Amino acid sequence: MSSQRRDEGRRDERSGGGGGSQPVRRFIRARKSCRFCADKVDYIDYKDSRTLSSYIPERGKILPRRISGTCAPHQRMLATAIKRARNAALIPFVTD
Amino acid sequence: MRTYEALFIVAPNVEEQDTETLITQLSDVLTNQGARVAKVDRMGRRRLAYPIQKFNDGYYVVLTVEGTGSELAELERRMRVTDAIIRFITIRIDEDLKRAEKFRARRAARAAAGGGRSPQPRGRGRGPETRVAEPAEEGDDR
Repeated sequence: MSSQRRDEGRRDERSGGGGGSQPVRRFIRARKSCRFCADKVDYIDYKDSRTLSSYIPERGKILPRRISGTCAPHQRMLATAIKRARNAALIPFVTD
Repeated sequence: MRTYEALFIVAPNVEEQDTETLITQLSDVLTNQGARVAKVDRMGRRRLAYPIQKFNDGYYVVLTVEGTGSELAELERRMRVTDAIIRFITIRIDEDLKRAEKFRARRAARAAAGGGRSPQPRGRGRGPETRVAEPAEEGDDR
């Protein structure tokens, strides 16, 4: 309770319509889904550089899960596959 | 018995004939020690993603081997001393394949047993959970 009151006080000091912005920030984004689950992939082959290349952005890093929406088990498989493919010179370690 | 995948890249300046003899040589090394070469996959000439020993492309060959591991050690030793091979990777794949098989079996079983039944209880279970979660989120925002 006390903390709530303090918040309100702060809001008054700043004044303006800033208080209303907080609830608005919550927007619903479409849930990204794992492409490997959709395609029912059980094993990600490191030699399949075409599939892997869609998960390595310009810089050559592994695309994080939070962006691609890949599920945890598949992301793990993907990461090992990418690392193997890098050693096989199928995909680059770095690109500049 | 374990399954391995041995990938190696042959330098582009090696003649095709020599590449073939190299492949048979390496296969013989494996078979002589009791391993079985299940598959020889010639992926062919590809561009390398980055230069290796100043070569920009190479001839990719993948051997699928069933063996105990000691043969693979010998194969690796051979590949290391062969100048024509500019890169090699051996990985064990039987565990991954077994896991893939398990997933496939589970999915098949679910499809066979569930059909129309499995989605319904899942949907019912999900409903109250989200309803509980929503007020909690509101509390966090405040």
